[in-house]
Order: sequence, then C-alpha cells, then structure tokens
Amino acid sequence: MAKDKQHQLDIVTKPEFIDGSALSIPMFQILAEDGTIRKGATVPEMDKELALKIFSTMQFIRILDERMIAAQRQGRISFYLSSLGEEAASIGSAAALSPADMIMGQYREQGALAFRGFTVEQFMNQLFSNERDFGKGRQMPVHYGCAALNFMTIASPLATQIPQATGYAYGQKMDETGTCTICYFGEGAASEGDFHAGLNMASVYKVPVIFFCRNNGYAISTPSQGEQYGGDGIAPRGVAYGMKTIRVDGNDVFAVYEATRLARQLAVEQNEPVLIEGMSYRMAGHSTSDDPTGYRTREEENAWKVKDPVVRFQKWLQNQGWITEAEAQQNYDVEKAKVLAALKEAETIPVPHIDEIIEDVYDTPPKHLQQQLAELKAHIRKYPEAYPKTASRIDGGK
Amino acid sequence: MAKMNLLQAVNSALDIAMAKSDKVYSFGEDTGAFGGVFRATSGLTEKYGRHRNFNTPLVEQGIIGFANGLASQGSYAVAEIQFGDYIFPAFDQIVNEAAKFRYRSGNEFNVGGLTIRTPYGGGISGGHYHSQSPEAYFAHTPGLKIVIPRNPYMAKGLLLSSIFDPNPVLFMEPKRLYRAAVGEVPEGEYMLELSKADIVKEGKDITVLAWGAQVEMAEKAAELAAQDGIDCEVIDLVTLLPWDVDTVAESVRKTGRLVVTQEAPLTSGFASEVAATIQQECFLYLESPIGRVCGLDTPYPLSHEKEYFVDHLKVYEAIKASMTY
Repeated sequence: MAKDKQHQLDIVTKPEFIDGSALSIPMFQILAEDGTIRKGATVPEMDKELALKIFSTMQFIRILDERMIAAQRQGRISFYLSSLGEEAASIGSAAALSPADMIMGQYREQGALAFRGFTVEQFMNQLFSNERDFGKGRQMPVHYGCAALNFMTIASPLATQIPQATGYAYGQKMDETGTCTICYFGEGAASEGDFHAGLNMASVYKVPVIFFCRNNGYAISTPSQGEQYGGDGIAPRGVAYGMKTIRVDGNDVFAVYEATRLARQLAVEQNEPVLIEGMSYRMAGHSTSDDPTGYRTREEENAWKVKDPVVRFQKWLQNQGWITEAEAQQNYDVEKAKVLAALKEAETIPVPHIDEIIEDVYDTPPKHLQQQLAELKAHIRKYPEAYPKTASRIDGGK
Repeated sequence: MAKMNLLQAVNSALDIAMAKSDKVYSFGEDTGAFGGVFRATSGLTEKYGRHRNFNTPLVEQGIIGFANGLASQGSYAVAEIQFGDYIFPAFDQIVNEAAKFRYRSGNEFNVGGLTIRTPYGGGISGGHYHSQSPEAYFAHTPGLKIVIPRNPYMAKGLLLSSIFDPNPVLFMEPKRLYRAAVGEVPEGEYMLELSKADIVKEGKDITVLAWGAQVEMAEKAAELAAQDGIDCEVIDLVTLLPWDVDTVAESVRKTGRLVVTQEAPLTSGFASEVAATIQQECFLYLESPIGRVCGLDTPYPLSHEKEYFVDHLKVYEAIKASMTY
C-alpha cells in the first residue's frame, strides 16, 4: 500500500467512510447485578478492611443524601445534590488512589470526599454555610473543598475543572511528585468546550491525569442518548484524543476500583492520561430544584433499581462472609445517628462574621474593599433588625 | 542600563522570572521555540527547555483553564493570549474561575501564580479583531488585577511584579508600542509597585489621565496645550484594578479639572468608572465636568482607523473644552 509521507498515512483509492458507530466500546464488569462475580472476571486485590471501608462510606453517603434532601424540603438548607445510585463510581475510584492525589470534582462526588476522611461535621458545616465551613459560607451547599485532603473546592460552572486538572497534573509531573489528578464530570459536561480543551491538552502534554466521566444518563432533564450526544457516549472521544480509554460499569464497585487502579499506574508511572467512562444512573433528581417525574418514567427508574451499586456490593460482602445483614444494619444505624447529631449541631453555629465578606478577594483586602465594608457595617448598625445573622455580633470581632 | 523596546523588556522580564524560579512556566499559541508571533518569548525555550516555555494547542479557554490548574498547584503560570481580541473564549476561566478561586474556597486554594499576558489596542491597521482594548470587561471582576504598562521600563518592572504577585493578574501589553517604544531599561531584576499611579508630568491647570499606549497621546496633547499656556498634569493610571484613587483625586483637588482618555469605546469604559469616583471624591473642587475622550461606540474600523483613533488632537480639544467651560 502506498504511503503519504508527510502525514504518515496509508493511501486508499476508493472513498471509504468510517461509520460513526465503528468504534463500539464494551463495558468492563466484574460484579454482576446479582452480586456474584462474572464468569472469567477476577476480583481485584482488596482486603476486608478496605472493602468494609468502601461499604461503610457508601452507607454514610446514602444516609447523608437522604437526610439532606429531607432537610432541604423542611427549609433548613437552601439546596442539595444527591449522588444516589452513583456511590460506586465516586467511592470505588477514590479508593484506588493515593491520598496525595488531587481530586477535582464536579459536584456529585461527596463519596470520594467522605472516603478521603471529610468528617460528618465538616460536611454539615459546609451545608449550613456556618462559620466553621472551610469555604467561609460563600458557596451554595455541596460546594465542598479541603486542601488538607487534596480535594479541590467545587465550583458550579461545568467542565471548568477539566483543563484545570490537566494544568494541575502538569505541575505534578514537573515537580516529580509521583502523584496524579483525578477529574470527575458528567456526560453533560463533556459537551462543554472545556472538556475538549482539557483532554486534548492532556494528550499533547502527557500528564498524569485520570478523567472520570460519570455517565449517569441525564443532565438535569436532558437524556444522554440522542439528546446530549449522537454517538457512542463519551469513551470514543478519549480514543480520538489519543489517550488510553476504558468504559466500566459505574455501578460495579470492583470494575470502577480496578480500572482506576490501573489508570493510576498508567498516569503516575508512564505519564499517560486516561479516560474512564463509568456507566451509571442518577437515581435521584438533578438537585432539590427538579422533579424527575416530569421527564422520565417510573419503569425506567425501576429497571435501574435492580442494578443498585450498594445493594450489589452488600450481597457480595455477605456472600464473602465479611459482613452480615445485621452488622450492615447496625452500621447504618450508627452512621445515621451521627448524621442526625451533626445536622442539629451545625444548625446552631452562626454564619461567618461580616468582616469575612471582603477577605480572600485578594490576598489582602485593598483599600476600596475596606471602605465598602466600613460603609456596610455602618448601614447594618443602623438597621440591625434587617440583618439579624450578622448584626448581633458586628462589633464583637471574628 | 540597556536600550530596549517594549518587546525586549517583556522578554527580559520573562527571562529573569524563569531564572529566578524553576516553577515559572510560559506558554501560549506559538510561544514555544518560535518565540510567539510578536517574539516576546523568543530564546526562552533554548534557555529553559521545552517544558518551561512551550506551545499550546489553539484553544484560549484551554490555555487559561490549564494555567488556572497549574497555578493552583503552586506554580507560576504565565499564559499568553495571542491577541486581546481572542481572549473571550477564556472569559469563563478568567471571570468565574481565576478571579473567584481564592474567595470561593475560603483561601483553601488560590491561583495567585497566574499572569495572563495579552497584546491589546489599535493603531496598527488591525481592524475589528486585532485592535480592541477589552480591559473594562475584566475591570468589572473582583479578584483580578489589571496592569497596563506604557513603556519598556514600566513593562519589565510591572511584569515581574505581576508574575510574583500573589493574585491573578491580567497584564495587557500595548502592541502599537512593542517596537515603537524604546527606552533605557535596567538589565537586572527590579519590580514596580502595582496599584500605584505614576505622575508622568506635573502640572497645575488640568489633570489628564490615561493608561498604556494612550499615555503617549495624553503627553502629546499636553505639549500642544502648553503652547496655549495650559499646564497639564499627566498621570498614567498603570493599574486599573484595584486602582489608585488617591493619586488621581489628589491631583484633581489641585487642578480642579480632569480629562480621562482611553482607546476603548466610550460607553461603560473604565474612564466612566474613574469619572464617577472622582466626582464623588472631588465634587467641590471641580471647575468643569470630567471629560472622557474615548473610542467611538462602534466596532474598531479598518479604513477609518485614523478617524476612530483617539489621537492627541482629540485629547487636546477636550483639554481646551475643559479649560474654557
């Protein structure tokens, strides 16, 4: 066959269009829906302690999500985003990383943060925007961040974290830290320009980054298939950008864990960026601001309930003899009591002092911000009833 | 001291910054071994390697997204956007990300190491898309600093300050002056204070305020006015965010008159912000309305560039109008 020398291409003499579905990417699965190991699959090396930590984190997140949706309905917090149904994707992947690896999430990765060790009190302080929130009460609920746990603060704009992850990983590579960055996003965010920018640049620079797409079927109300994309999901795009790519069952914690473990090896040892597409289903609404009954059927939801990642993993743990149903229930009750206690406590903690409003815009507040704060405080002192959250201790210091 | 044009001064600042810290990275479209379309980064790849000074794919939102990530990791990311006119695909990464990174995280994370360099401004037959002065879009964004030098000496000292300033800085380079402005510049390291206006020429009758390439027009207008016996005080604002209100207000309290001139269109330009603040600060000292001499509220034209351009004659007329109000 002849060669085009400039582009190193084979030359053909008949017009051949490649079909858009030519690259049909299969899904890696270890744990079947009934909690048994699929024939031919190998259980990843995971000791009992780690397996139970993953399971316990799943239970905790499920309780947290359920309680906080209820709290939002009661008017105690303004907003919440549940990760119901996607626990295996975030927790299973976080479990395969080093604590020194950076996590850049979208906003539905509370499982990864909990696995890292974010305490229930820390979750609550953020959710209630109180003065103990690391984010100083400045962002909506679920916008967590923690430098000590290498969990980058969440931002609402979609996909902005994707090219940032490439840049962060570039720094890790240059500093020879032996660490990587994992970047989570949904299949909807993968339509944003930043997705393409970030993946292309990672491929060009060969940086230690794992792009983890949680394909959960919906971007708010827009279904993925046919309305978010016309092709075979997100995974083929990784191949198009020249990077190692795998599609996994996002509800199978073993497949997620094993794919991420191997991706981390590629990233850290060979500076290979990797794309993982985890196929899952957002069993909750997008947020507390939408009602899924308006855009999908009960039958569809039921079809996914049998694939529940937590139930599936619990079955395997019980079959393995690592936990009994009674022990699982007992753990659930203990975690639930902790969540309820922390919720009550966080509610009573005041909002940050008004002086915080001008901090962190710059490294130190410039003169014009100090002037604006002084004017604001004078105004609050004049009308304290209108600003009850801050007026009572406006002159009491931080 | 050495004679340098503005490009050489920028190049010298980058060279010194990269020698000073191996955490300084320089990148953008064509900025690698080729040295950038204006040659601002020439020689840096040879000196510091292709991992420190490099090309990016052609994607402005990616360049700044990447830069934000790199800066959040603790590096100094110096990103070039080839023309200010092409910065808008990166608007989200600048306005929603870089500017709010520290605030939204409660100082858990920051991108203080970020500096965005971009050539701006007209007078080079660049038409709509190689002539714009987009500073006002960014001046509306808390968390950013905006710095614009007027000559090679200022460019080098301010760029070094911007790179090592612990806040994200938009550093806008007047491309009309890249080769046209030549001056004595120290060869070694020096830094100039940000948010500090510079009194270019003292005077007692009227204050003329400008920034970047427009300072030259203010100076030329002041020379014409001097022939009429008008003694202008010319001030270079240098930093637009946060800006030095005190220096400008003090000058206006002395002269009683202010003309602000900018290349960008009149409506909602930064001159309007200056006018609003100075009338607040100096209301009882003003002898005439604050004048704004700006580009027309049209896209930047090509064949009518000379007419559109805010030249020294337009500034001179505004000075006279203020004096005879």
